[in-house]
Amino acid sequence: MDLLTFARGPALQWALVIFVVGTIWRLIGILLLPRKPDFNEPRSTHPWRGALGLIVRRTVPKREFAGPTAFGNTIGYVFHFGLAIVVFGFVPHILFIRSLTGLHWPGLPSGVIYVVGALTLAALVAALVRRLSHPVLRLLSNADDYLSWLVTAAPVLTGLMAAAHWGGPYPRLLAIHVLSVCVLLAWLPFGKLMHVFLVFVARGTTGALFARKGAST
Amino acid sequence: MNTTTVKAGEGSVARGVPMPDVRQDKQGDLAPQERLDIAMRNFVRDFGAVAATYLESCIHCGNCAEACQYYVQTGDPRYTPIWKIEPFKQAYKREMSPFAPIIRALGLKRRVTVEELEEWQELIFDSCTMCGRCTMICPMAIDIASLVGLARHGMHKAGLVPHELFAAAERGEREGSPLGATPKVFKERVDWISDEEEVEVHMDLPQADVLVTISSIEIQKYPQSIAALAKVLNHMGLSWTFRSQGYEATNFGLLSGNADWQRHMSMKLIDAAIACKASLVLLPECGHAYTAMRWQGATMYGKPLPFKVRHISEFLAEHIADGSIRVRKGLNKSVTFHDPCQVVRRGGAIEGPRIVLEALGAEIREMRENRGMNWCCGGGGGVISIHRADALRYKAFQIKMRQVEDTGAEMLVTSCSNCRLSFDDSQAHFHWDKTAHSLLEAVAENLDTPPARAAAGPDGARAP
Repeated sequence: MDLLTFARGPALQWALVIFVVGTIWRLIGILLLPRKPDFNEPRSTHPWRGALGLIVRRTVPKREFAGPTAFGNTIGYVFHFGLAIVVFGFVPHILFIRSLTGLHWPGLPSGVIYVVGALTLAALVAALVRRLSHPVLRLLSNADDYLSWLVTAAPVLTGLMAAAHWGGPYPRLLAIHVLSVCVLLAWLPFGKLMHVFLVFVARGTTGALFARKGAST
Repeated sequence: MNTTTVKAGEGSVARGVPMPDVRQDKQGDLAPQERLDIAMRNFVRDFGAVAATYLESCIHCGNCAEACQYYVQTGDPRYTPIWKIEPFKQAYKREMSPFAPIIRALGLKRRVTVEELEEWQELIFDSCTMCGRCTMICPMAIDIASLVGLARHGMHKAGLVPHELFAAAERGEREGSPLGATPKVFKERVDWISDEEEVEVHMDLPQADVLVTISSIEIQKYPQSIAALAKVLNHMGLSWTFRSQGYEATNFGLLSGNADWQRHMSMKLIDAAIACKASLVLLPECGHAYTAMRWQGATMYGKPLPFKVRHISEFLAEHIADGSIRVRKGLNKSVTFHDPCQVVRRGGAIEGPRIVLEALGAEIREMRENRGMNWCCGGGGGVISIHRADALRYKAFQIKMRQVEDTGAEMLVTSCSNCRLSFDDSQAHFHWDKTAHSLLEAVAENLDTPPARAAAGPDGARAP
């Protein structure tokens, strides 16, 4: 079995198994913990509206915080949107997803994807530099932060290298790219990257609880 | 209980601010390991899906620092809100999280030590008012203040509370008031203010529609509030009473992290309300009293409360709007309002004060950050009682001074006596010319006489 066959075959299958089982395990481990009944007279009886509202609204930072968080938020926006565009807009990715799930949609021109990929990688590097240099981020950061950065940046870098045919024969570059995605998938449930799911749970929780009180969000 | 203080080192200085002394207070004679075990056990005692969601969701973006007055004013990264619960976050991940067995087996998170908890005492108590502003900036919307509340549960049971806060809470549990406003003292104050202001104050009526409560800060420092309450309620012709078995709304059990004491303090009010068959418990100008009874009272009771609970600012706005409180437009000046965090941001009683101030004829000049975005006065959450935190609190208060000055308003009003205390203390410290006035007292001073049914006693009174 050559490296590409291994990457596309057993490696990806196992990564997907770990991703799915790990994600479900972690979500269940959190959500099945007890919840105290709240007997206090609610101000609003529409907690779901509060939950959905905050999930949407918190995507945009508040005006009052715009100044001090502008740089960090801009970097965050660039690499989050960049990742989404590259993952779901690149035609080979869409074909790959189609082969796994049957789902497909129109892709973006490859030139656009390459520019977006380069911007994404630059934003990720900026995020790392900021994490290493900002006193607050340095204090908060642990191994999970750096490992999660690495497994996120690696597929972007290896993808760009494969697209540019830079650094070796294309099948090997592609295999390394697929393997880097496998590592990303396998790590996602265990560290902070789980926020791709938990963002809905956490925002929804606060949105619902605070809506009940009429508290500010 | 034995109390000890350990000076763990010299205080530091950040941006010219002398940081609080590295002083760690302890209650009791527990062995270090026992202290640690108790802290963690009580941290998780009220633990559930909500706290776990929050502890799992932090992405370490550091944004919360920019919402915290203590970080913004000092630049000290330790004051980053989520960092204030770091030992408890570590312990959760190692002991309780979905992957805890793997984390322990691989040694990915080391055990928290009692020395770390001692070090964190300053972060959990001195430099967090549980104002909740950090939730407004967090991209995951984590309610960090609620986690600090849980951490305080652990710290209290482990005997790791700052002395002054512990002493106030213990006195509240023992005497019924953290500031010595015992039933006897309260009655004396009521008699005195009643004579002084020539206003009838109902005490210990066997039955009343409204149980009125008060904070010990008002009893001891702002007794005019008692008269103001009486004037407004008499003006409305309501059936109301104070009850000596349950009048103190301040809940230092909540502030210090003792859930049992919190329950005892809340139950006094609940029992008093049930005893006099009140349909409404009126909470005073006190932020944490609102949290304790409006949003946690039924939780303490274990079932829905058989009466409604309202903050005085909500009550005033509702009854000015329905015409049962008639006021003159006597505040003929520009006014800015300081939003108490627990009542407004976290309590949801947001617009009431504006309705009241408009009715009083004030020209409202909002601070740049107002309502849910307002900056805390820096004295809530029991912080004002911790003397070693004074320098830090004054530094944080400078944000408030700038906010108020920027409005150019002639008058400053708030609806929390703890905020007023914080303002008064800082006003004296900075020789500032602005005083925080009471919203309630402003209404009482501008009641449109003649009173509707002031002569009506409890028997002839209207429904609240």
